[in-house]
Amino acid sequence: MTPLVEMRGISIAFGGIKAVDGVSIDLMPGEVVALLGHNGAGKSTLIKILSGAYRADAGEIRVRGETVEIASPRDAKRFGIETIYQTLALADNVDAAANIFLGREIVTRWGMLDDAAMEAETRKVMARLNPHFVRFSEPVRALSGGQRQSVAIARAIHFNARILIMDEPTAALGPAETAQVGELVKQLKAQGIGIFLISHDIHDVFDLADRVSVMKNGRLVGTARTADVTKDEVLGMIILGKCPPGAQPGPGAMAA
Amino acid sequence: MRRLELDPRLVGMLVALALIWVGFDLLSGGAFLTPRNLWNLSVQTASIGIMACGMVLVIVTRNIDLSVGAILGFVGMVVGVLQARWLPEIIGLEHPATAFIAVACGIALGGAIGLFQGTLVAFLGIPSFIVTLGGLLVWRGGAWWVTQGQTVAPMDGRFRMLGGGILGAVGATASWILAGLGCAAIILAMLLARRRRLSFGFPARPAWAQGVVMGLSCAAVLGAVAVANAYPIPVGVARRMAEAQGLTWPEGGLFIPHGLALPVIVAIGVGIGMTVLATRTRFGRYVFAIGGNPEAAELSGVNTRRTVALVFGLMGALAGLSACIATARLNAATNAAGTLDELYVIAAAVIGGTSLAGGLGTVAGAMLGALVMQSLQSGMVLLGVDTPLQNIVVGLVLVFAVWLDGAWRRRLA
Repeated sequence: MTPLVEMRGISIAFGGIKAVDGVSIDLMPGEVVALLGHNGAGKSTLIKILSGAYRADAGEIRVRGETVEIASPRDAKRFGIETIYQTLALADNVDAAANIFLGREIVTRWGMLDDAAMEAETRKVMARLNPHFVRFSEPVRALSGGQRQSVAIARAIHFNARILIMDEPTAALGPAETAQVGELVKQLKAQGIGIFLISHDIHDVFDLADRVSVMKNGRLVGTARTADVTKDEVLGMIILGKCPPGAQPGPGAMAA
Repeated sequence: MRRLELDPRLVGMLVALALIWVGFDLLSGGAFLTPRNLWNLSVQTASIGIMACGMVLVIVTRNIDLSVGAILGFVGMVVGVLQARWLPEIIGLEHPATAFIAVACGIALGGAIGLFQGTLVAFLGIPSFIVTLGGLLVWRGGAWWVTQGQTVAPMDGRFRMLGGGILGAVGATASWILAGLGCAAIILAMLLARRRRLSFGFPARPAWAQGVVMGLSCAAVLGAVAVANAYPIPVGVARRMAEAQGLTWPEGGLFIPHGLALPVIVAIGVGIGMTVLATRTRFGRYVFAIGGNPEAAELSGVNTRRTVALVFGLMGALAGLSACIATARLNAATNAAGTLDELYVIAAAVIGGTSLAGGLGTVAGAMLGALVMQSLQSGMVLLGVDTPLQNIVVGLVLVFAVWLDGAWRRRLA
């Protein structure tokens, strides 16, 4: 089976510091891969290369087996790669529909924004994600954390995402909303969407993930199926860079 | 009141404007609310109002443009020299095309200058405050350089119509036609928007509220035209016009109304166009998204740099248009034209509810802001207030208005 995404030997440096150094990860259809590591381990940087925000200095990205060039967020979206950022990346001053369709607005025959059509689509997708959502005409600044999260997720899944990247998806949420995101991840997985979950907190993601890849100091410590390792072993990977027997070690693994 | 779904800030501004007008009228013994004064007020507001439309977008993207007054001065000089010295040698004096060429060149030159500055801001990452502060000095110096400081006059006859005045007013019939078209457009736009909302099953204003809003809008248009048509042109000029058409001068004189002034029509057109651009197009949506969260806009695939550069280009083009109006009004190009205009334009936008933090502002608000500022100034002139005191009052009002707006917004949040 061809992986949805393969990233091979990805490296990027900022001012001489290697933020990501020779990292390889992959993702199968309908699979959830958790990308773990401390703050500053290089997870977000690696994933921003996939979503088109940064360009790698070296390495190769393959989508469904084909080598692709991702030079901008627009390119990434064309390959079905959608991202929900840690900071939610919403424009606070405009409403939910404007955010969901930002960069992909529906326009009328005369090239004017079709706000009514966009609001209709927004109502449809929100009815699925968060039936309590009713504040369609207010700027998203006025919304709660969970509602903002729904908008961010709606933006990612509305456009037939095949590959979804969720960067700290539950960082800003309460317990009920976190559970809701967990439900959503299962629902999307069932639709065959591949999901990268990025987190610094293993408890958030261990139960949702099929596999974990752990990064430390910009390098890959190793990758393991969650069935083959314990939470404590994964914690050892995150903190010490120690690769347990059930995991496949990467170049960043501590020498045994 | 709530069912009308009116923008409370816009209503607040209209109330403030009404208070200023009535206040000045009472203080001046009824000299302010006359057709003559209101007509002049509208002409005086046109130039700043046009630039304020562009400034809204600049400020919404979290930038500032300090160079618009200097661009106005420089473009005004070039446009003046173009029609007073260069074009007469090529196509002859008072050629019908002169005015069009001059205006087109003015807009293009202003737009090119703005685009250049916008490119420095967007692609080289130089803060807009610095780029346009430099621009202020450069273009003000350039305005002097064009003729080594000499004033250029007179302007082409058709070009001067753009400045208003008796010849620059379109007359009663044309004004009523424009008013009719305006009302028809308002009604049509509101009905279409309403039908569209209802067809998707969204909540819309109740029919009576929609009718009230429609009626108020049309009344405002018709009222403005009625005022402009109540201002007759001076007897001497009317007599000459009558004689030129071979009419005999009647005993009681002849009431020939001014009608709307050309610069005012242009300003209203720009206001409508910019409102459509800001609220109904992708470009406008990107401008506001950039103001709200530049990173989010970038990550959503918006070409933020190009958008910012274009916003400055648009600002420059509008400054070029204002340069034509200011030059035509003065019937001369001077290198001091537009001095301090950047501050009035920014003040107009800010009084009109544009947030310097970005992401917030309306074109209509900015134009109303320009009208408020001009009303204050022209009212104080009517009352015989000294110029230094006028500046003090305008300065205080600016600070007060922004404080009031901020306090009100914090109470809402």
